[in-house]
Amino acid sequence: MYKILDKVELNKDVDLMVIEAPLVAKNTKPGNFVIIRVDNMGERIPLTIVESDANSITIISQKIGYSTKMLGKKNIGDSLEDVVGPLGVPAHIKPVKTLVAVAGGVGAAPLYPQVKAYFDQGTKIDLIIGASNKEHLILIDKFKDIVENIYICTDDGSMGEKGFVTKVLERLLNEKSYELAIAIGPLIMMKNVVNLNKNYKLKTDVSLNPIMIDGTGMCGNCRVSIGGKTFFACVDGPDFPGEEIDFDELMERQKYYKHEEHICNLMLGEKK
Amino acid sequence: MIERTKMPELEAEIRSHNFEEVALGFNIKQVKIEASRCLDCKNPRCVTACPVNIDIPRFIKLILEDKYEDAYCTIYQDNILPAVCGRVCPQEKQCEGACVLGIKYESVSIGALERFLGDYSLKNNFLKNEIIEENNNKVAIIGSGPAGLACAASIRRMGYHVDVYEALHEFGGVLKYGIPEFRLPKTIVDTEIYRLENLGIKFYKNVIIGKTLTIEQLFNEYNYKAIFIGSGAGLPSSLGIKGENLNGVYYANEFLTRVNLMKANNFPHSNTPVKIGETVAVVGGGNVAMDAARTAKRLGAKKVYVVYRRNMESLPARLEEIHHAIEEGIEFRLLLNPVEIIGEAYEIKKIRCQVMVLGDKDASGRQKPVPTDNYEEFDIDNLIIAIGQSPNPIIKKSTPNLKVDDWGRIVVNDYQTSIPGVFAGGDIVTGAATVILAMGAGKEAAIRMDKYIKTL
Ligand SMILES: Cc1cc2nc3c(=O)[nH]c(=O)nc-3n(C[C@H](O)[C@H](O)[C@H](O)COP(=O)(O)OP(=O)(O)OC[C@H]3O[C@@H](n4cnc5c(N)ncnc54)[C@H](O)[C@@H]3O)c2cc1C
Ligand SMILES: Cc1cc2nc3c(=O)[nH]c(=O)nc-3n(C[C@H](O)[C@H](O)[C@H](O)COP(=O)(O)OP(=O)(O)OC[C@H]3O[C@@H](n4cnc5c(N)ncnc54)[C@H](O)[C@@H]3O)c2cc1C
Ligand code: SF4
Ligand code: SF4
Ligand code: FES
Repeated sequence: MYKILDKVELNKDVDLMVIEAPLVAKNTKPGNFVIIRVDNMGERIPLTIVESDANSITIISQKIGYSTKMLGKKNIGDSLEDVVGPLGVPAHIKPVKTLVAVAGGVGAAPLYPQVKAYFDQGTKIDLIIGASNKEHLILIDKFKDIVENIYICTDDGSMGEKGFVTKVLERLLNEKSYELAIAIGPLIMMKNVVNLNKNYKLKTDVSLNPIMIDGTGMCGNCRVSIGGKTFFACVDGPDFPGEEIDFDELMERQKYYKHEEHICNLMLGEKK
Repeated sequence: MIERTKMPELEAEIRSHNFEEVALGFNIKQVKIEASRCLDCKNPRCVTACPVNIDIPRFIKLILEDKYEDAYCTIYQDNILPAVCGRVCPQEKQCEGACVLGIKYESVSIGALERFLGDYSLKNNFLKNEIIEENNNKVAIIGSGPAGLACAASIRRMGYHVDVYEALHEFGGVLKYGIPEFRLPKTIVDTEIYRLENLGIKFYKNVIIGKTLTIEQLFNEYNYKAIFIGSGAGLPSSLGIKGENLNGVYYANEFLTRVNLMKANNFPHSNTPVKIGETVAVVGGGNVAMDAARTAKRLGAKKVYVVYRRNMESLPARLEEIHHAIEEGIEFRLLLNPVEIIGEAYEIKKIRCQVMVLGDKDASGRQKPVPTDNYEEFDIDNLIIAIGQSPNPIIKKSTPNLKVDDWGRIVVNDYQTSIPGVFAGGDIVTGAATVILAMGAGKEAAIRMDKYIKTL
């Protein structure tokens, strides 16, 4: 069993949890993720490892559906049924001097370990961080210590600039130049960032979040089309160069179980 | 000559709507009759044809003498999973295929007798407390499929401390995530594994060797003297045609894992969903294809097709499974080779197949399918791809000096890999094969590991 050592509510929809998992923690690198099961009827759901120490890993999860809401009901001292990892290919931290990082919503969580790795090698980083509103901006304080500039935007204008991250990004791209971009957030955001950057001949790394089961390359559920070829995001990714990804296909694949997810959510009312 | 006893089965109409076991097993009376058919041959051909050479005439004789526990132990010596093999072994190609009675009459139902003993032992909780003399050396087993389990049991009995590491959250490999409940009830697999725990074998779930721990760490930080890799052939093969990533297209591994391991047939009580429409096509002709087709039917599909590029006689699946599938209303669309999956708005709509004819015999002795200029298209809601699996590359990727061949199979010489102290067996070495071959390999590898450790 994997004990929850600490839990912080970052906002009403997003929790940070520190989970005891010494074996996973030991080999973790930036970009790795875990698959967890909350209880013995649970789904296997992937979550990025945000930080790790000798004994534990930190995850940040947004309560968007049944499994993540069940996870959110767990408290310090409770245990999770399963935690397996570290999964995926660690992010390829490239030797660049300048980087623009774009975070959308809870995407700030998986972005953090990568930005940290760039900071550690001396890269100068500008961060654009966006969310629906002020409440949903996360990790700002942690990012402040490792980036040069933070540009905040919210959909409703409750903090920073009003509008999408791409609006700020476009302005920055007109003013400055970067060697590389990373974007992690909703698929539609990553797609738009990649398309915008293409106009500026700027390469973008993204982190994909298809539906997964095993996370070991066994089931093929997590497949994505990139440049006409099929990749398994759990073992070939989850990080990929963004330019040739078929985002539209992936967005549809993510929605395949929409109806079933809804049924599951109805059960939430029945459980304590 | 007494006729071969037929195994009672759930009626096709009823069973094709539930997940209960299809074949019900013999009762004592049937067991006795069937056992009495064995001629107790001097040179039993059945024994030679069993990959682990179970002393078949002996266990049958013990049945006739009412010595069920001894009969069971006779099998158990060579095969730690009788209740499993009695159910899933391709007996018609192995023990029963060679039975001398089969020449003029019908072979003895060896598998059914083996299954009976396996079940009987589980029900009556046989198995003496084995006394194991500890030797204080540690070995690690990677993977808890048939190969890993057999290796673990054999080497534990030699006195080693045995740790089994499994990537998934349950133990049993394909027995758990691949072969469906209606063919192999999961409680049987669990009970068999529980008995191995009683032998003192330690099982660790959620440990992926190559990710969570590396082979190097197992040696250097955990001080294992030898390691056995039984990681199986878990990588699904793709058709390589247009439309494979459309919604509604599954690899059999995903589809079966959702149902077997994640219990999606109990959704939403169990939280993982699976979706199956009215019309489903399964591509392939092996056991995996039959399992996928029959599972789709049980999940409510009205029409289920098996699309296969050769003819009925060439289907590689077990005969029994093909019969069961036909009885359950699965339709076979033969001599068709899918060339394109056609979709709309990223969702599958139909499949386009090339019509094949049979040509000359190929290396496998079967007639080769040859494409014609004709095509057929039909509407489907789901496609399940079941055309094979190859070895999973995770261990290889993290272990550069581990030699594998062009198909990703670990290269071994007498179960020994290119790394001293690392042994391998089962599907990871042979490519997708059978339960009993994997178990045989695990058992043999244990003997080599013991020998190796004694030279250290
Ligand atoms: C590599 C990777 C890293 C991720 N990291 C994080 C993270 O750090 N923080 C975070 O909040 N989220 C992360 N996610 C997304 C997270 O896994 C999903 O939000 C979660 O699985 C939703 O499950 P649910 O039952 O709560 O929601 P549901 O209502 O079941 O589904 C909501 C949406 O989540 C997605 N989803 C559902 N089931 C799965 C599944 N088994 N695997 C993947 N996606 C699924 C689908 O797009 C679905 O439409 C990551 C996903 C991947 C693949
Ligand atoms: C659907 C289906 C139906 C079948 N039907 C039959 C049948 O009727 N009769 C028959 O004889 N055979 C059948 N087979 C074939 C048979 O199941 C396999 O040949 C057999 O299971 C191989 O055993 P194994 O131990 O080598 O591998 P597996 O059973 O595949 O077990 C390997 C185990 O290793 C684990 N693993 C993999 N990588 C790692 C890692 N890096 N670290 C830790 N653990 C790891 C896997 O999760 C898995 O649990 C069927 C196969 C399938 C898929
Ligand atoms: S293990 Fe398989 S092949 Fe051997 S006797 Fe039993 S059923 Fe026959
Ligand atoms: S070959 Fe047939 S008849 Fe002869 S010993 Fe084996 S099972 Fe009995
Ligand atoms: S999650 Fe199963 S192959 Fe990637």
